[in-house]
Amino acid sequence: MASKKESTFINMVLTLFIVTAVAATTLGYIYELTKGPIEAAKRKKTLKAIANVTPAFDNIPSDEIYMLAIENDDSLVCYPSRKDGKLVGTAISTYTDAGFTERFYIMVGFAPDGTIINTAILSHKETPGLGDKMEKKKGNWSNQVNGKNPAKYKLKVKKDGGDVDGITAATFTSRGFVDAIDLAYKAYMKGGKHE
Amino acid sequence: MEYFLIIIAAIFVNNIVLAKFLGVCPFLGVSSKISTAVGMTGAVAFVMVLATIVTYLLQKYVLETLGITYMQTITFILVIASLVQLVEIMLKKVSPSLYQALGIFLPLITTNCAVLGVAIMAAMNKDFGLMESTVFAFANAVGFGIAIILFSGMREHLDLVKVPEGMKGVPISLVVAGLLALAFMGFAGIA
Amino acid sequence: MSKLKIFTKGFLKENPVFVLLLGMCPVLGVTTSAENGLGMGLATTFVLLMSNIVVSLIKSFIPDKVRIPSYIVIIASFVTIVELTMQAFLPELFDSLGIFIPLIVVNCVILGRAEAFASKNSVLDSILDGLGMGLGFALALTILGALREILGSGAIFGINVYSGDGALVFVLAPGAFIVLGYLIALSNKLNKKLYNK
Repeated sequence: MASKKESTFINMVLTLFIVTAVAATTLGYIYELTKGPIEAAKRKKTLKAIANVTPAFDNIPSDEIYMLAIENDDSLVCYPSRKDGKLVGTAISTYTDAGFTERFYIMVGFAPDGTIINTAILSHKETPGLGDKMEKKKGNWSNQVNGKNPAKYKLKVKKDGGDVDGITAATFTSRGFVDAIDLAYKAYMKGGKHE
Repeated sequence: MEYFLIIIAAIFVNNIVLAKFLGVCPFLGVSSKISTAVGMTGAVAFVMVLATIVTYLLQKYVLETLGITYMQTITFILVIASLVQLVEIMLKKVSPSLYQALGIFLPLITTNCAVLGVAIMAAMNKDFGLMESTVFAFANAVGFGIAIILFSGMREHLDLVKVPEGMKGVPISLVVAGLLALAFMGFAGIA
Repeated sequence: MSKLKIFTKGFLKENPVFVLLLGMCPVLGVTTSAENGLGMGLATTFVLLMSNIVVSLIKSFIPDKVRIPSYIVIIASFVTIVELTMQAFLPELFDSLGIFIPLIVVNCVILGRAEAFASKNSVLDSILDGLGMGLGFALALTILGALREILGSGAIFGINVYSGDGALVFVLAPGAFIVLGYLIALSNKLNKKLYNK
């Protein structure tokens, strides 16, 4: 066993200072190193979600983002997808607090006339095995809204008098999911289309 | 967000121990008697609320202002460790009787992930101001207390029951904790 | 203790999860699938290994009274490194492990090994200890995650093994406690057979 170093006030303060300083410098360095890749990973995730919810495009939607104001002083980020300069779809990053756990985020793509093209879950903390059935890789539940135009398709779960089949045993998640789409749809139809 | 909703959600629906799995070590470690469970709850509540207030202010006014949020983990754990020391010293001076009751639990709190977990959750929640964070921390402490005190009550009864040899001790306690968690799932949907 | 024993004790005899009952929060919290369990286990192994190395390297320079705060700073730094790296290169795993990544800091296994082993032993022994304990932890998490995934959603590492829904309760919170309870009973039995003749 190594002999313990004596603890005097000066060497205690000095040791703690050196340990913390080395730690902070190393972390700062690692932070700079990973900053680029973290940004790239986030960007890739967004672009992938946009590609999933809008038709093929040849612009870079994340370079043309604009914000849509919604009721509670918040706003949603929109990504217009264009092909040969013509608007083919708009991906809107939307969210809901009506889910089972905390706020979750989804990306929803609208055709220029407001028809829902597709959806993609961005992040959620819903219950594994129940609420996470809204994920594409866990089932095709979420595909039922694809191709529907909310003008004649009631964005509410059947339990609440709408047209959407809820996930069995995960009514809250289902409500949240349609609530998020509804939020984006209303904002989009209120002049959120950028031709 | 309404305070009432935060409180109900933190205590019952997303109970910190039984649904979020934070603070499981003390939950299993000091729950063999109701009296120790009560003592632990008191100490946790004290540190959790204080730590959340301090870390919230640090996060908003120091880390975010300077753009060094990657120092969050180090800062938070140091704040909690120093707070625990500080509380220990102060309690010893100000209220020796309270120190007698809580003293032995305080050192255990530094590595109680419920405290760090709640501090991080409060700091990362965009909707939370200082008031909400404080209420959130307090509600979680109450949730921790309810879970651990209920559980210790059940464990006291376990001593009187005949349990198969292999399941004695920790295994049967965990199964009982599972049943308690199952009961808490019944609260889902009320908030 | 032989070098081999230092390395292998973490797997069964002194398994941090099944025998020492340390670091229970991530054990229960992230093991909804085998993949999450393995990811968390390996992240913890990395932090444990690195902190063991650094602590055993600098043990003679650290004054006794400030050793715990120094260890905590060292551990927290490695946790942040894991956090940043995972966010950059494994963003999906990062999302599903969530708050449990920063919470590796308060995993008692890590501070426990720094204090009980690395602060008293050579660098080589500390490496073996860190690797053995870390992999033992990872093994326990993977087994628990795999069992919960099989029972709860009928799959392992995301590959379906039987059709149908499975008993959902095993993926939810109560199942974590119950499956772990039975696993600990099993490991007690095994240890008794192997070591207490």
